[in-house]
Amino acid sequence: MTLTLALVQILNGVQFGLILFLIAAGLTIVFGVMDFINLAHGVQYMVGAYLMAAFTALTGSFWLGLVLALPSALLIGLILEMLVFRHLYARDHLAHVLATFGVIIFLNQAVKLAFGAAPLSVPVPQALAGAVTLAPGLLYPVYRLVMIGAGLLVGLLLYVTVNHTRLGMLVRAGASNAPMVSALGVNIRLLFTIVFGVGAMLAGFAGAMVAPILSVEPGMGDNVLILAFVVIVIGGIGSIRGAFIAAVLIGLTDTLGRFFAPTLLRAVLDPAAASQTGRALAPMLIYILMAAVLFFRPTGLFPVRR
Amino acid sequence: MKRIPGATALSGLSRARRRALAGLALAGLALAGLAAPAAAQEKVKIGLVLSLSGPAATLGQQARDGFNLAVKDLGGKMAGREVEVIVIDDELKPDVAVTKVKGLLERDKVDFVVGPIFSNILLAIEKPIVESQTFLISPNAGPSSLAGKNCSPYFFVTSYQNDQVHQVLGKVAQERGYKRVFILVPNYQAGKDAAAGFKIDYKGEVTEESYVPLNTLDFQAELSLIAQQNPDAVFTFMPGGMGVNLVKQYKQAGLADRIPFLSAFTVDESTLPAQQDAAVGLFGGANWAPNLDLPQNKKFVTEYEADYGGKVPGTYAFQAYDAGMLIDSAVRATKGDLSNKEAVKAALKKADFTSLRGPFKFNTNNYPIQDFYLVKVAKRPDGKYQTEIAQKVFSNFGDQFAQYCPAGN
Repeated sequence: MTLTLALVQILNGVQFGLILFLIAAGLTIVFGVMDFINLAHGVQYMVGAYLMAAFTALTGSFWLGLVLALPSALLIGLILEMLVFRHLYARDHLAHVLATFGVIIFLNQAVKLAFGAAPLSVPVPQALAGAVTLAPGLLYPVYRLVMIGAGLLVGLLLYVTVNHTRLGMLVRAGASNAPMVSALGVNIRLLFTIVFGVGAMLAGFAGAMVAPILSVEPGMGDNVLILAFVVIVIGGIGSIRGAFIAAVLIGLTDTLGRFFAPTLLRAVLDPAAASQTGRALAPMLIYILMAAVLFFRPTGLFPVRR
Repeated sequence: MKRIPGATALSGLSRARRRALAGLALAGLALAGLAAPAAAQEKVKIGLVLSLSGPAATLGQQARDGFNLAVKDLGGKMAGREVEVIVIDDELKPDVAVTKVKGLLERDKVDFVVGPIFSNILLAIEKPIVESQTFLISPNAGPSSLAGKNCSPYFFVTSYQNDQVHQVLGKVAQERGYKRVFILVPNYQAGKDAAAGFKIDYKGEVTEESYVPLNTLDFQAELSLIAQQNPDAVFTFMPGGMGVNLVKQYKQAGLADRIPFLSAFTVDESTLPAQQDAAVGLFGGANWAPNLDLPQNKKFVTEYEADYGGKVPGTYAFQAYDAGMLIDSAVRATKGDLSNKEAVKAALKKADFTSLRGPFKFNTNNYPIQDFYLVKVAKRPDGKYQTEIAQKVFSNFGDQFAQYCPAGN
């Protein structure tokens, strides 16, 4: 194993982590600010991917598709908020879970009726289709580098918005004490709608960005939802910074675990046993990480002060 | 003494009433006997048990459409009897499948069951079906566990024994003189079987046997390793959405033009609409391809595309079509009298129908003996994607488990 390969794997881990961050960012704001458990976040990610697939097929352009998919994802998020979620804020978590689980089933079935059960695909835009040579024989797809850039950009934008704008200040205030913000004359309902819309659009953006590398199919959001929850639990619910760091941490743990676990174990075990144990251990690592974080920091790495 | 409620109820019946009951039962039997000649005019009932929802729904839909096309080509009749097809969705859940299959057997009293797509469903429903002496014809799943000593005279397969497909690719790797192969499979039973099947004929070095968790989204870590090891070929088994992800990412990593991609159940007509150009030039193993040059096959592919929204049929569709033709051959041979199970069994075993794949006969375990091909993905002039035959790998190839199936099956 060479050093270059290890570096490439670290890059892979960061890249996977940034995809997770894109998905988890919306979830953590909605959960943190509104204290609302939105299991439907995963299907909003799926809807984003489907909108992307539909609009790129329609317009024949990746960029036009992206430009059309984002406001549509926002619109669908807002419609869901008005029809379903708005009526649940005052209820307890069980009601959130049941209703948003219903939305998962409904939307999974709806995309299947609209687009069919077969996976769809979105081509990588021509300008980003190639691969760059990082080392002799080691190619890295340009599109993946673009995803790293997009993840970092979204993280930066969110950080600035939440910490350095008036809207962000209201959001933080709402997270600490919503009734008080409301008493000070802020339309908390509108604020929540905006937050929810942004969350839905972030999920949609994540879906649209991964559409060219993953298959777009019904139920694609269900797998990532669990990972997204792991991210926000480790990072501290409601914390954008926590979500960012936790996502990258999980991306690295998962990728490097898959890569190094069998190799390292081979040093102490015979090859067959090493590969057996390695492959059993690798998928567990992120949950072990979560358990460890929760043991030492029960509110996550960057808890939001209340 | 404890009183057992059931026993009390029975002993509570007067002797006279018990005799009356027995009489009624006899009368019922007699009526059933009387009704028998009329049965010949009744419909032939066939239950389809397929996965029609969830991520794997396309496979089930292909099989359903292929079977319906067979019934349509037969004019909706077998040996003069109307055919009634009852389609049920197993939801890819063994418990759901068993409940629904019992409905088919007890309520609908089907003559044949065709299905399922997945081996785990098959292992759940096989027993209740064959124990009720109903014929079960699998249009796809062909697990090793029902090919050997647990074979059944009521169970037939029109696809293959699963391991054979992996073996085809191992044979190709060996014949082409590949010295170093990277194996990439999901970490569950079928993945391990795939790696084992590949290694039956492949004797070269395996640089890495990489097992990824089921539903892996991102293969970038494995792809980097492949790029670094630079093997002579990659062997993989990544069904469904995982295969779509892998193939797209394999192409994007710039590997598709450098390292031959030998795959099983990863590039086929169910995934190609999503993989598109990324899959062109990749290899698979199969017992058939849409471009197999036989008149009956050309007719089938043309009709299928015309009837089902221009979709290219895959092996799932063709094997279900063959299952329909196989049933028809048995109904015709018995002149529509399905009450004599032995006669139906013998007729099925003869496989007296024109298979879309050409030569076809049943082994002692009722799995096919047939040819296998290396297939390659190509883009057709009309812009659709399909697998095309690259070379024949095995001729009249039966599976290794048939020898354990008891004689006289």
